[in-house]
Amino acid sequence: MSSTTASATPLPTDAKAPAAAAVRKPVNPRSTKRRRTLAQWGFIAPAVIFMALFFGYPLVRNIVMSFQDYSPSTFFTGEAPFNGLDNWNNVFSDGLFGKALWQTILFTVGSLLGQFTIGLALAVFFTRRFPLNGILRSLILLPWLVPMVVSGIVWRRIFDQDTGVLNSFLDTVGLPGDTPWLTSTSMALISVILVNIWIGIPFNMVILYGGLQEVPKELSEAAALDGASAWRTFRSVTLPMLKPVITVVLVLGFMSTVKILDLVLALTDGGPADSTQTLGTLTYQNSFVQMDFGAGAVVGNILILISAVFAVFYLRVNRNEGK
Amino acid sequence: MTEPSPDGRNGRRSRRTRRIVVPLTVVSAIVAGTVLSGCGQQRDENVYTVMNSSTDESYHRWDGDTLERCSKELGITIEQESVPAAQLMTKALRMASSKSLPDVLQLDASEMPTFAEAGGLIPLKDVGLTTTDIPEGIVNFGSFEGKYYGAARTVNTLALFYNKDTLDKAGLPVPTTWAEMQSTARKLTHGKRYGVALSAGGAEDGVFQFTPFMWSNGGDETKLDSPEVAGALDYWKGLLKDGSLSKSTVNWTQADVNDQFMAGNAAMMINGPWQVETLNAKKGLNWGIAGIPVPEAGDDSVGPLGGGVLTVPNTGDSAREKTAAKIIGCMAGEQEQITYALNSWMVPANTKAAAVWRTKAPELAALAGQVSTARSRTAKVGAQWSSVSLALQSAFQSALTGESSEAALKRAQQQVTSGN
Repeated sequence: MSSTTASATPLPTDAKAPAAAAVRKPVNPRSTKRRRTLAQWGFIAPAVIFMALFFGYPLVRNIVMSFQDYSPSTFFTGEAPFNGLDNWNNVFSDGLFGKALWQTILFTVGSLLGQFTIGLALAVFFTRRFPLNGILRSLILLPWLVPMVVSGIVWRRIFDQDTGVLNSFLDTVGLPGDTPWLTSTSMALISVILVNIWIGIPFNMVILYGGLQEVPKELSEAAALDGASAWRTFRSVTLPMLKPVITVVLVLGFMSTVKILDLVLALTDGGPADSTQTLGTLTYQNSFVQMDFGAGAVVGNILILISAVFAVFYLRVNRNEGK
Repeated sequence: MTEPSPDGRNGRRSRRTRRIVVPLTVVSAIVAGTVLSGCGQQRDENVYTVMNSSTDESYHRWDGDTLERCSKELGITIEQESVPAAQLMTKALRMASSKSLPDVLQLDASEMPTFAEAGGLIPLKDVGLTTTDIPEGIVNFGSFEGKYYGAARTVNTLALFYNKDTLDKAGLPVPTTWAEMQSTARKLTHGKRYGVALSAGGAEDGVFQFTPFMWSNGGDETKLDSPEVAGALDYWKGLLKDGSLSKSTVNWTQADVNDQFMAGNAAMMINGPWQVETLNAKKGLNWGIAGIPVPEAGDDSVGPLGGGVLTVPNTGDSAREKTAAKIIGCMAGEQEQITYALNSWMVPANTKAAAVWRTKAPELAALAGQVSTARSRTAKVGAQWSSVSLALQSAFQSALTGESSEAALKRAQQQVTSGN
């Protein structure tokens, strides 16, 4: 933009064009430049102010808060004395942190694996032409439209050991209908992961379906002519072509899964016996149940750090794709 | 160097730039301004606000009516602001930091100590409220470290609800001891129906329900690893082992327990009077209410006191604080207590009001008895309650899903002492 405006604006001088000067007054190149810089900053300013206010400030506050003794009285006195690494030590020495971290990893990996595989399978399935394709595809989007908390509450009912639909269904088809979906410490996390997979399938399917549309038909036709089986074609032609989309799906999926909170709260409240506690619920518990905002900030910062690592990874991959 | 004198084109350009830059800057300024203006709200001189968690339509309406009567009586305008219960505390704290606290704040009694400890509340005696006619237990309920901060209008507690038809059909009396409750529950467990339902969920609901068992057995929240607490937990485990209590109990809130009872999936349940409105809405459900069974005949049934208390937040404006106390005096007045108690099925806090209420709601007599022995959760541990509660939840859930009560409670006690 800057180069075009500069060349498009010939600068008349007083001496050589006095007649013109009456109409066009001379211009100072410096002031033009200053104005242009100002204009550019004017465009950037709202974004910068917005980012600083709504992203920068909370982020910095959260980091600072994790080194402070931030209690309910802080809200009245405004005083939050720095206590060094006390909050960090407290969080790390609490056995619950390790447990929550491990469960967060299991939850994230499990959810992503399930969402992605099923999402991809469905996406491939829907690339074929068959009647009702469009309607079915929109129906599968339903879980995406349901608010997380509502899904949680509905699934809690479905999973109820005695009166839940799932167990009565299993009973009817002759399978053991007394599975303790949410009431056993060994099953609860698996059940929560299953619900999250159900919620995540539409997102994975839609993005991957879009990606599949971009893969040229000629390539798979050529592969077929060369005698490749359907599976071989998929593995050696479709998947590599789909790689950029896969990265997007997995990284975005990761970032929304790792910070899970609402679903767990609605389904199990972190229980039974902390068996579904994740870093997200731990932050919530520290900050809003125990009112220990310092400890909550510590766990929050760790979550931000984990997400930031993946965000950087995502940016790097994207940059390489661009080259 | 010449003076900057805009020529036509450049002038147009700069005007155009200005046309863009100016609005953008204005927008940014407005955004920044709105964010900052949240920090210093002006109070309207004749309008007073009461913040509560009455987000349910009926509660909101009852409180609205009360405030209308009080507005008239005191010659001021009182407005109601309702926030979901789970967000009330954090919202109030945020308002404290922006110096925009309401004039009267209704807090859950278990949250009051945290707010009082932070220096957020004015002792009610300092602003002219007395504790005449309020039983000691209820004064303690609204007190923290010996100071009376919160006036209760009504209180609630837990009781044993039972299905009259089911018990009559089986020819069984309403149980009064643990042994009786266990055998009655076992006999009533049949098919899809469990003998008893209670909430052992991993939140305050579960802890609230555990306290009558822990306290009636002589246990205490200051020593979670005592044999009395373990005994109470073993009693719960026994019900589970008998099959009289559903394994889903660790996943149920008190509302879920009520749903199970109403659906006929439980013959008895531990629950509170706030469910009565829903219970009465179900036709053909013939329910009764009794005290919670005790370990041995003759023991006291000690239940937890629940409910909200009206407090005066520390706003630094003593004139307004005195008026706020008058608003509380009106809201917690004898007549208003009776009205509120009859609406919400809870028990008036004031002795005189409770006597009148007892004649008007005889079917809830058991509740009044239970309230007279009930005690507050925070009386002994104060603002520490949230830590104790978290440790206890985790412990009884571990025990109900397999671990031994002793081991689970020992860990809970360590967790509380280490301050995590």
